[in-house]
Amino acid sequence: MNMVQALNSALDVKLEDDPDILTFGEDVGYFGGVFRVTDKLQEKYGLTRCFDTPISEGGIVATAIGMGAYGLRPVVEIQFADYILPAFDQLVSEAARLRYRSNGEFWAPITVRVPYGGGIFGGQTHSQSPEALFAHVVGLKSVIPSNPYDAKGLLISAIEDDDPVIFFEPKRLYNGLFEGRPDDPVKPWKDHPLADVPEDVYRIPLGKARMVREGADVTVLAYGTMVHVALSAIEECGIDAELIDLRSIVPLDIDAIVESVQRTGRCVIAHEASRYGGFGGELSALVQERCFHHLRAPIERVAGWDTPYPHAFEWDYFPGPQRVIDAMQRTQEV
Amino acid sequence: MKNTAELSLYVPEPSGRPGDEPDFSNVPLQDAGEQRCPDTLTPEIELRDMPYGLVRVLDDDGKAVGPWAPDLSTDHLMRGLDAMVRTRIFDDRMFRANRQGKTSFYMKSTGEEAIGAAQSLCLGERDMCFPTYRILSWLMARDYPMTALGNQIFSNAEDPLKGRQLPVLYSARDYGFYSISGNLGSRLGHAVGWAMASAYRHDDSIALGYVGEGTTAEGNVHEALTFAGVYRAPVILCITNNQWAISSFSGIAGGNRTTFAAKALAYGIPGLRVDGNDFLAIHAATDWARERALGNKGATLIELVTYRAAAHSSSDDPTRYRPKGESEAWPLGDPVERLKQHLIQRGDLTEDGYTDLHEDCEKRVRAAIREAEAVGTLGQSKPSVKAMFEEVFKEPDWRQIEQRRELGY
Ligand SMILES: Cc1ncc(C[n+]2csc(CCOP(=O)(O)OP(=O)(O)O)c2C)c(N)n1
Repeated sequence: MNMVQALNSALDVKLEDDPDILTFGEDVGYFGGVFRVTDKLQEKYGLTRCFDTPISEGGIVATAIGMGAYGLRPVVEIQFADYILPAFDQLVSEAARLRYRSNGEFWAPITVRVPYGGGIFGGQTHSQSPEALFAHVVGLKSVIPSNPYDAKGLLISAIEDDDPVIFFEPKRLYNGLFEGRPDDPVKPWKDHPLADVPEDVYRIPLGKARMVREGADVTVLAYGTMVHVALSAIEECGIDAELIDLRSIVPLDIDAIVESVQRTGRCVIAHEASRYGGFGGELSALVQERCFHHLRAPIERVAGWDTPYPHAFEWDYFPGPQRVIDAMQRTQEV
Repeated sequence: MKNTAELSLYVPEPSGRPGDEPDFSNVPLQDAGEQRCPDTLTPEIELRDMPYGLVRVLDDDGKAVGPWAPDLSTDHLMRGLDAMVRTRIFDDRMFRANRQGKTSFYMKSTGEEAIGAAQSLCLGERDMCFPTYRILSWLMARDYPMTALGNQIFSNAEDPLKGRQLPVLYSARDYGFYSISGNLGSRLGHAVGWAMASAYRHDDSIALGYVGEGTTAEGNVHEALTFAGVYRAPVILCITNNQWAISSFSGIAGGNRTTFAAKALAYGIPGLRVDGNDFLAIHAATDWARERALGNKGATLIELVTYRAAAHSSSDDPTRYRPKGESEAWPLGDPVERLKQHLIQRGDLTEDGYTDLHEDCEKRVRAAIREAEAVGTLGQSKPSVKAMFEEVFKEPDWRQIEQRRELGY
């Protein structure tokens, strides 16, 4: 399965499984979503379990919270991560705090699916990676899969989770592998081992990182599309790097990070989002706090530049393999 | 308790999907000339029937009828027709250019060309419109250089927006055309603020904002309407109801039970429902709202009833979700055809004259696009990468400076 099919399969098995699950969003119903993630679900489960909503991200999340508080388990789609901001108040002030402020009387077991990231020539409003905005909000979980197998297992765990989860889907990976090399031919998922996705329900726990590649020289921390960019960079430059796919940034697998960096003594952090105030800053601080005496080189961050996401300069902006290689090499020089 | 039933969740559905016959019987219509035309200073309370009617001027024979019929010169109408025809040709060519990989993205306004053209010609040079991505004909009517449009769409070295913005999300301040963003509805409040600023300065310019009917669901649209009502802002707020928001029919935005113009009622501002494929009706209604705004009576909401004849964008395939033949079945016809018929009916145009005009438009569009292509299409040519780091702030801070250097520019 490609990632779209894997996500569709996760929704399918959960809708089958539990009548309290429903899914909605803009163009999600009859059409099956602009990225086709909810394809055929309305046909299969009916109009009230998979439906279109008004164009109102605030309304989508607010009603999801109300349904969740009642006892349902809504899975909503925000068409692009760039358009989640009208729902920001609902997520930050409501979903994230409902349990805390009501002493557990009410809670919001909602999953908010959001395609994110660049590499599709989407310009400023179809390319952003806003995960850091949400990681900062206590009470929200943020999950970011990097392959079809994880996408299905993580989405099922997110849906079953009793807390609000934002599920960032790297849209550049939906239909094929992308290593940050735009001139290479598209690599379909079908030949990739992690595209072998079981039809049935399975779960990947939130907060458990995946060891992509073991190595001794430097630890590379990445998530989403950047996992593949980093792997490609490692393969190209020959540095024996250890690559960790974080899979979720809240909860964060701090043990896996610390264990690895204490061993390698070096750390590179890669994300697509712009650098300043990005989640890489938090990772860098954590590594410094917990691995200071093991570090043999300054921590390096590879990220988007501190500009809005520009249309014509997509590949100048995107932190591609060369920037990851440069950063890894800098860690080797000290 | 009486009249109770087992609760069930209601989800609206359109009158048809692929495989069904097109059916617009649920769109409330009125004949040309039927809707009354109140004085522009009429108190809002006496206008509350207006959102349920339909302002139409052009009848089936192309004659201008009724109290809304504006007195417009042949020259003015011909300029409108020229802008609409060029918009349609330009759209078709650019859509094809997208298919050929010359641009990443395109959006057509086919079937909706009368809106921007009429309103652009109706409002003054100093008025500001806050457009959506489907208001290209505004720029055409003001003779914005089509080569510059092409350069923006190709993100080439001459792109007036320096390669930073998605194709068709233009900005053209000198043409009364505010910067478009991909986020829906987020500029309607800017139109209101602009208008409030004009009132504050005792200026005589007004603002005009647009949203699609789908976008009326966004909270920021209601915020804008609230402010417009409260401060009697000299603004015209337009809802282009083209029946579809990507794959969602207008009922998903609440259009099944009432009209979009009727949203005005709760904000205490007049709401007009207007034939959006009728150049003259749009012109007249806009002029009415403009005069009212300049009379210090505040905002007007205008619903423009039209039909999105093309795909939502170059990434969309409407045959997957709309009945075949809807465009042909649309009861308000084609705006270009209707204005042409009117001009013929007036004796100002002949079929041959129209053919000449069309050919001339094609020639101009082709020449402009060729000029833009000569600069380069997407990926062949782009502005200096330096431009990526400029205009984040008025002056770059150390981050942009350092990062620009790191990239070697
Ligand atoms: C805030 C926001 N949410 C979602 C989108 C994605 N989107 C782009 S256009 C569109 C449909 C808009 O429909 P409508 O307002 O009716 O205008 P039309 O395209 O029909 O002219 C959607 C959902 C967006 N651009 N911005």
